[in-house]
Order: sequence, then C-alpha cells, then structure tokens
Amino acid sequence: MSDALALRAGAERLAAPLPALLAQAEHLATTVILGDHGRRRAGLGDTFWQYRPAQPHDEARLIDWRRSARSDTAFIQDKEWQIAQSVILWVDRAASMSFTSGDETKAHRASVLALSLAILLLRGGERVGLTGLRLPPKRGEAQALHLAELLAEQSTDDYGSPDTDGMLPHSRALFVSDFMGDIAGVEDAMLRAADRGIGGAILQVLDPQEEAFPFDGRTVFQSMGGSLTHETQKAGDLKERYLERLATRKDRLAHLARVAGWQFHTHHTGQSAASALLWLYGAMERR
Amino acid sequence: MFQLGPIGFAAPWLLIALVALPILWILLRAVPPAPIRRRFPGVALLLGLSDNEVQTDRTPWWLLLLRSLAVAAMIIGFAGPVLNPQQTDSGAGPLLIVTDGSWASARDWATRLDRIDAMVATAGRQGRTVAVVSLTDLPADGIAFQSADAVGRTVAGLTPNPWEPSMNDLTAWIAGLEGSFDTNWLSDGLGRDTRADLVTAFQSHGDLRVFETARPVYALSPAEFADGKVTLTALRSLSGVEVELSVAAIGLDPSGIERQLATQPVTFATEAVEASVTFDLPPELRNRVTRFELIGQSTAGAVTLTDDSLKRREVALISGGASREGLELLSPLHYLREALAENADLLELPLGDVIPANPDVIILADVATLSPLESEAITAWVENGGLLVRFAGPRMAAADLSQLEEDPLMPVRLRSGGRSVGGTMSWGAPKTLDTFAATSPFAGLTVPDDVEVTSQVVAQPDPTLAERVIAQLTDGTPLVTRAELGAGQIVLFHVTANAEWSNLPLSGLFVQMLERLAVSTRPSQPTLDDLAGTTWMPERVLNATGTLRDAETLAGVSGERIAEGTVGADLHPGLYSGEDRALAVNVLTQDSTLTPATWPAGITVEGTRDATTTPLKGALLFAALLVLMADIIASLSLSGRLRGARAMLLGLIALGLMPRDGMAQDDSFAIAATSDVVLAYVITGDQAIDDISYAGLYGLSDTLYRRTSIEPANPIGVNIEMDELSFFPLLYWPITPNQPMPSREAYAKLNRYLRSGGMILFDTRDGDVAQYGTSTPEARKLQAIAAGLDIPPIEPIPEDHVLTRTFYLLQDFPGRYNSPEVWVEASPPDAEQIDGMPFRNLNDGVTPVVIGGNDWASAWAMDEAGRRLLPVGRGMAGERQREIAYRFGVNLVMHVLTGNYKSDQVHVPALLDRLGQ
Repeated sequence: MSDALALRAGAERLAAPLPALLAQAEHLATTVILGDHGRRRAGLGDTFWQYRPAQPHDEARLIDWRRSARSDTAFIQDKEWQIAQSVILWVDRAASMSFTSGDETKAHRASVLALSLAILLLRGGERVGLTGLRLPPKRGEAQALHLAELLAEQSTDDYGSPDTDGMLPHSRALFVSDFMGDIAGVEDAMLRAADRGIGGAILQVLDPQEEAFPFDGRTVFQSMGGSLTHETQKAGDLKERYLERLATRKDRLAHLARVAGWQFHTHHTGQSAASALLWLYGAMERR
Repeated sequence: MFQLGPIGFAAPWLLIALVALPILWILLRAVPPAPIRRRFPGVALLLGLSDNEVQTDRTPWWLLLLRSLAVAAMIIGFAGPVLNPQQTDSGAGPLLIVTDGSWASARDWATRLDRIDAMVATAGRQGRTVAVVSLTDLPADGIAFQSADAVGRTVAGLTPNPWEPSMNDLTAWIAGLEGSFDTNWLSDGLGRDTRADLVTAFQSHGDLRVFETARPVYALSPAEFADGKVTLTALRSLSGVEVELSVAAIGLDPSGIERQLATQPVTFATEAVEASVTFDLPPELRNRVTRFELIGQSTAGAVTLTDDSLKRREVALISGGASREGLELLSPLHYLREALAENADLLELPLGDVIPANPDVIILADVATLSPLESEAITAWVENGGLLVRFAGPRMAAADLSQLEEDPLMPVRLRSGGRSVGGTMSWGAPKTLDTFAATSPFAGLTVPDDVEVTSQVVAQPDPTLAERVIAQLTDGTPLVTRAELGAGQIVLFHVTANAEWSNLPLSGLFVQMLERLAVSTRPSQPTLDDLAGTTWMPERVLNATGTLRDAETLAGVSGERIAEGTVGADLHPGLYSGEDRALAVNVLTQDSTLTPATWPAGITVEGTRDATTTPLKGALLFAALLVLMADIIASLSLSGRLRGARAMLLGLIALGLMPRDGMAQDDSFAIAATSDVVLAYVITGDQAIDDISYAGLYGLSDTLYRRTSIEPANPIGVNIEMDELSFFPLLYWPITPNQPMPSREAYAKLNRYLRSGGMILFDTRDGDVAQYGTSTPEARKLQAIAAGLDIPPIEPIPEDHVLTRTFYLLQDFPGRYNSPEVWVEASPPDAEQIDGMPFRNLNDGVTPVVIGGNDWASAWAMDEAGRRLLPVGRGMAGERQREIAYRFGVNLVMHVLTGNYKSDQVHVPALLDRLGQ
C-alpha cells in the first residue's frame, strides 16, 4: 500500500467517528426543548421586553412609531437583556474511559453527552469551549464540529484529571469523567474553579461492571493503560470492599460539588443517554 | 500375559508408570490454576486491598485426586487390561465339535454358536483341523476335517432341528468313524439312550470334553380334552427349585390375528419334574386355539399343537312351523337337543340368521318348504362343505317336496304321503332296523331289538337309490339316505326327530348314529388301524424354536409313520391334514418324560457359557476422559470462569421449566367452545373474509338469541388443521379460490365430524355470477376440497325439505344473493312413499352439508352495536331479503340442533286421531 493510500485510510478512520458523533449528539439534543437565557430585564437582546415612554436621552431612531401613533406620547420598545454564557467542557480522554463491558465505551458516552450539551448550548446562543486553551469558547454551529474533532482524540494516560487552564471567570463548566484516578487532581481543579467563581456540574460516567464488580476467582486486574495491576486469589471477596471504596469516592465527589456549589451526578453507560442529557441541561440552567 | 486375578494385561510394563503418580501429585500440587487477566479501570480503587483468607497457591486436594485418577486410568488403560483372558487350550490333531442340535438346544442356540465359533477359532490358532457335526443332521459321508477357516464360515449355517437324534442313524454313523481326534460335545442336557454309545465311541478316538448348561429344559406334553376342559402337563429335566411358568393358549382372534387367547400359570413344586395346568375355556375360544406354548421357552418341545380334537361342532337346529307350546317332549327338536347338547354347540336361530354364522351342521326337522332365497343360501353352504341333516315328519309327508323331480336339498325323491305300518289303522307290525351294511357309515353299530318304526316317508325307486341308502329297515325300505352335494352332503332320516314315528330317537343308537355322521362327534385320536394305509400331508410344521411355518414342499407322511409317534427327519412336528381331518404331531407324546443327561465318571462337564474375554482398555480410557472433563469444569469453577457456563445452564433449566402455553390455550379453546352453543366458521386465511364470517355469525347468533331459545355465545374461528371440530354443531365454511387444501389429518377430522352429526355450510359466495352451472373459481375450489370429504349424494333443496319449516316457513334461502341453487343431502329414492315426506334417518335426519353461493355471512353480518355491515339489495325489498336470510340462518341452526323433530310433527294429527282424542 502506498503512503498516500495509507494516509488516506488513516484519515478516514480518524474522521469516521466525527459525523456519527455529531449526528448522534444532534439527535440527542433535539430531545430537549430549547430554553433561553433571558435575564428577565430590559437590555440588549432580540426579544421584546416592554414599551416604555421615550426619555429625552433616547435617540429618535429608537422610537417605536407604530406604538407611539396610538397615543400622544412617544414609546420606545425595550428588548430583553440577553447575554451569552460561556460554558467550558472537560471530557476525560484517558485510557480508563475506553473500558466497556457492553457495546458503548464510557469515552463514547461521555463524548456524546458533552457534545449534545454543547450543541444545545450553541443553539441557545451560548459560547462553548474546551478547557486547556485548545478551543476557547465560541458561538456558532462550526464550534460543534471543532468540539467533535477534539473530543474524538484519545489520551495515553491511564487516568485523567481536570484541566483548569483557560476557564473564564464566572463562566460555567462541566467535568465529565469516571473519576477513578487520583482524587487530588479533581479537588485541586474544583478549588481553582471555585476561586474564579465558576459554577457547573460534575458528571461521573461509569460502566455497569464497575458498579457491580461481578468477578470471582483468581484474577489479575490491570488498568486500561497497564500501569496499575492488582492480583487477587478470590476476586469475589473483594467485591464488598471495592463497592465501599466506590461509594466513598462518589461521596467525596458529591461533597466537593456541594462545597463548590456545583451539581454532581453519576451516569451509567447502561442507562439512557437522554436522561443524563436532561440532567446536564438542567444543571447548566441552575445558578 | 501378566495377570492379576481375573484381569490380564497386554502391556504390563506400562504399569510401572503408576510409580510416577506420587511425583505427579507433588508436581501438580505446586501449580495453581492460572489467573485470569482482566482490564478493569476500577483497579485504582482496589490498590492496597488484600485477600481476606490467604488461599495457598496450591491446587485443592480433590482436584489433585481427580487428576491423579485420570492419569492412573490412562496408564492402566494403555497397559491393555483384559477381563477373563482366554486361556489357550492345549491340544493337537483334528478336533470334532459335536452338538446335539435337538429342539432342547434351540433355546440358547446363539450361545452355542458363539461357543462353537470360539472353539473353531481357538483350533485355528493352534493349527488344528476341525469338523462340526450336528447329531440331528448327521453328515452322510463320515467326518471331513477341514481348516478352521473353512469350517468357521459354515458355523453360522448350523440350525437345530425340532427332533432328537435318531438311534439308528447314530449307530451307523459311529461305526463309520475312523482316525484319532479330540471331541468337544455341546450337549442339550437331556438324557437319552444314545449317549452312552457315543461317549464310548468318542473316547475311543481321543479326548472328550462335554459342555452343558445347568439350566433345566422345559417342555409341554400334548393337550388332553376331558369334561370340557383342556389339561396339559408341563415337564422339566431338572428339579430342585420351585418355578412358575405361564402356558398360553394361542389362536386366531375374531379378526383373524393370532394372539394369546388365554394364559394360565403352571407351578413346578420343588421336587417335581411335572406340573399340570387346566384350561377351562368357553367353547368359542377353545375352538380357536391352535396351539399351547410355555411362554419364554422358545423350543419346539415347549409348544404343543392342537388339532380337531379340541373343537366342538356348531349345529344349527331348525324345526318346521310353529311349535306347540308346552309340549316339550313332542317338539321335533327335543331329542336332538338332548343328544347333541353334550358335545356340540347348538344354534337355534331363524334360518336366515344361521347361514351367516356358518355352522358345521344344519338340522332341519320336518321342514318342507324353503324360500328360494333360503334354499339358495343353504345350497351354497352345503357346497362349501356343510352337512345338512333333514328329518321327515308330517309336514314333509304332506308337501310335494322332491316328488316329481329330485330336490337339490334332498338325497332322494319321495313318494307322496309316506307310509304307516303297525299302527291301529294299518296292517302289519312296526318295522325294525336292518343291520348296517359294511359300506355304511353306521357299520359296526349294534342295532337294539326294540327300535321300531311305525311311520316313514318312502323313497321312490331310482337307479341311484341303492348307493344312497345308509340305513334301512328289515323290509328293505330306506331309513337314512345320503347324497353328496359339492363338498358337503345331505342326509335324510325318513322318520321324525321325535318319538312320533319311531322310537329311534329314544335309543342310544340315535346318538351313535349322529356321532357317526359327524354331527356331534369329537374325533378321538386315530388308532393305528385308522392310520394304516393313509397318507398325511404336512400343512404347517414347527421348527426347533417353536415357530410354525408353512410346510412348503415337504413330502406326505404315511399313517404308520405318524402312528409311531416319534418325530424325526422324516416326520416333522406340525399339523398334518388327511382325508377329512387334521392331525397334530407334537415333539412330545403323552408319555414322554424329560431326564437330565448323565455322563460317566471321568468326563468333565463344562458350562457352555464361558466367561467372555472383555478388553477393558476402551472403558478405562473413556473413564479417564470423563474424569478429565470433570477436571475442566472443576478448574473453571475454581478460577471463577464458570460464570457464563452457569448462566447458560440456568437459562437452559429455565427454558425447560417454562409453562407450556400451548396446552393452556387448548383447554381454554375447548372450554370456550363447549360452555355455550357456539357457531363456528372455518378460517380461510383471508382476513377480510374471516372478519365477515365472524360478523355474519355474530349477527346470526344475535338474531337467534333474540328470537329463539337458542342462546349462542360469540362465534369462534376454527383452524381445521389444529382445532377440535366436534364442539361445534355448525361450521360455516366460506370458500376462497386460494385457501389451502386441508391436510390428510384435517380431512380425517372433517369426515369424523360429518359422520358424527356435524353440519358444514359451504358458501362459495358467488351466487351473483354462478348460475345455471357456470363454474367459478370458488366452485372449482369447493369441488377440490369436497373430493376428500365423506359427502353423501346431494340434490337441490326440495320444496318439502325439513329446512323449510324448522322454525320459519321458507321457500327461499337467500343471503346477499338470491340464487335458488342450494344443495342438501339427497333424499333416499324411496323416501317419497312415507307420507310424501322424504326424510332419512341417517345422521338424525340432519343433512351433513348445505352447499350454496348466496354469501349468507355478508347478509347476516352485524357489528357489536347491531349495525348491518353490508347492504343487501335495494330499499325495502333488500331489507326483506336480509330478513329472509336471517330466517334461513335460524332454520338452519334449528335444523342442526333439533334434527328431524319438525318432520315428526307431521304425524301428530294421525297419532291424536288414533288415541281417540
């Protein structure tokens, strides 16, 4: 096979998930009715807010003549103040996310959810970007394409921890990961985010097997990257203690989120993606 | 060959490997089951967790044991273990293998053949020449010793014979023996005179080894008939144990199939060698018995054939004219009954009923006139071998029977009126009987002096008269005449069967005469004199295993040979037929006994069933394989990899435990169909048609509910392939051109349904186009479907058919269309004569089919709210047509449910009139 052909094949293989991911995310996004981020006050915006009598400082071109013709005073049409919110996403690309016991990897589910939310937000006129300065928040449909490209990338690390670079103050953030790695990285990131007044949500995506631990017998457990191993004679005996540790981890995350004023949710790849998206959408709406 | 107890080893040095087992134990012990490697992100949470109980890295002892067992089984298996290894016989020179080959050895003939095979094979290995001889089938020209190979091929062809070795043949054969050889003798275990000579003869030529089973030989002696019961004696050769066997009486059942008609247990007391069993069978059953068998003993000796001696003849008694009530002693049949009841089965039925019963003898006492039909039937019966015995009497004397020309059913011509001698108003003295001529069947019977004849009918002199007379009076007038007709004969007693004309019926001679005429005889065993000079043809012969087969081309046997009684090559046991009777020749005679064989001291008697050599290699290797399989499962479960398999197993079990929905459905169908009257339609597979059928029957059911006392439940669609039809009084069957043909089973079901009173309403739904015989696709389909159905001849519905008035008075039977062509079962041709009301009684008078094309379901069709679904005709006329259609439906269902009740109503005025009301 020639070099050009190999390159072409590789590129196609790389590009292959993108339209699918986009389409899937679009499909998921259509299930949520678009809301708006109206500020419930007059300001810059597209939608009508109220008529008010014209003040001397108002320019004559702002007068709504159609309304003013019905009375003696001149009226001005106020628009509702609408500002775009910046939402920064962090989706764990580490090797641990590529685990699956069924059809869909955690990474895929996380990407689909993040991208769906991004599409929703972009349609709502928000600006969406990724942490780590690779994709600053921008508006527009094209941003979804860029997001999809970057979300399809894979990291070689075993476990990822949130990257706080490029998070704008007072913006909103979403961290999606399995949070199986070192919790310290998450704590650190949360602290920094809280310092900058960033609100947001943490979504933990887990595989059903990670919740159930259905193993028995002599087993050598390896992390997805192979950096960690643990050997046991009776895997079945470890189940309870593993589940205990998992629950502790969840508690810790929930606690962190509560302290920082964030939302926390655990999602399993065995569940419907739409429900997680709804939760995400609600979490993004919440102040 | 190395041997341990009964087990020998082909490669014993391999057993040394068993020493390695303990080493293997230690080796295996050190190797734990391999771990599974799993990629699992949650490992980060597992870090630092240690196992609760520190399990050794060693294999559990039971797994070790399992594996050691597997290895041990393999080692031993490959060492080639053999159970009961054959010890080689020493010996040289020719070997003679002798088998008795009698009926007694037939029971375990296969074992004997195996044994002979083994002997021949052993001799072959030792390079000896062999000859195999059956004592019942001696080789004509001495013994020819051949190579074992050549002999081995012929062994399978050896068969036992249903007789015992004959003394004469053996003596000659022994004399012809020469040379030196060893002898292996497979004895059947029965003692007989020939043994001693043979032993001496064989011993004079070489070593003699005798093989004999310790099992007793059982046999059954011929059946004896006494006092209406059949007694048989079972014999055995060895006593010492109490044994219970069964004796079966076997014969043809009424449908001509051979089966066990009766069985009786027979018990040998501990020390007894004889046991008797009695069968008390009704005559009908006893006449059918062809043989008795000791069940489970498949030898010719355990079978005893019966012949005519068990049979009782069926005699039909018919008297002429009305009997005079109360005068029993004057009844023409009284003396016949008394004489025959003892040992014949009497039938007293009208003549028309007697002929089909095919009796052996018909006795007509003073019957003068026979209807042409009767005389034809009797002639045919006599020609087939029947014996017609007629007695004269006043009626015969008065009639002009056989006077001008000879009646075919009379042996002679008669003079009119008969004669009367020695009475009050006549000359002369009563006549007595003359002694019987030598040619007469009565020859030899003594004539008592006091038998007198006062009246008789007199034969006309004829050229043939002399040869037909078999008994006459002292004055030479015939008393009994006989003529042959076809295979049978006709006998006329010129006197009455009662004491009116003579006192012959009162004498013992009368009974004897009847016996001689084979009217009442029970033929006893023929004596030597009877048999002398006769030739008997074998009909069916027994083989050694006790099964009957056709005698095929076996030659006839002289009576003298049969009289000797011992069966042999020239007298097979079996059924022989002679001139006028059948004779059974059995292996055993009445006085036969069975004795065990005795052998002189110095001869060792070995069992025929040697412990067979069984190689155990395969079994052991198989066991090793099984243990290894178990090891796989055990290892999997130990290492936690059995989860999937277990789930699968559980799934399989769950599948097995799933309730059978089909059965429950069946029951619910039956309950739904039977808890109420339900109209049913045949599901055609066309959804639109089926919906209309349902709606139509729903509408009809609704109409019935409102107008009549029939209250049907909702109609049911019936799949004629699957569903039971017998629940439904009426099947509505719309015909579509493309509905599938019923299967063979469905046809059987439909025919059963039609015969048991069901009705099918065939609707071709083409009444608008199919008129005046035009053939529509539906009509052709109906023809195809109906070809397999048991449908009687049909006709267009006649004006006076009961369907026209079962509830409403109707003359039209419209549906959506109003074609007059509706067909029902044709009235019988003579039905018109009954009050002008043609009805048949078949099927309760219900026509099994109604065929038409008026699309009734569409006219009846109604939805749940009672709305008509399809238009019929136009305006009021259309609604009238729909009303008539409903009325037809009501009439039809009434007809199905009440049968010909309405047609009976026409007789009511006549009945009331007769009752005087």
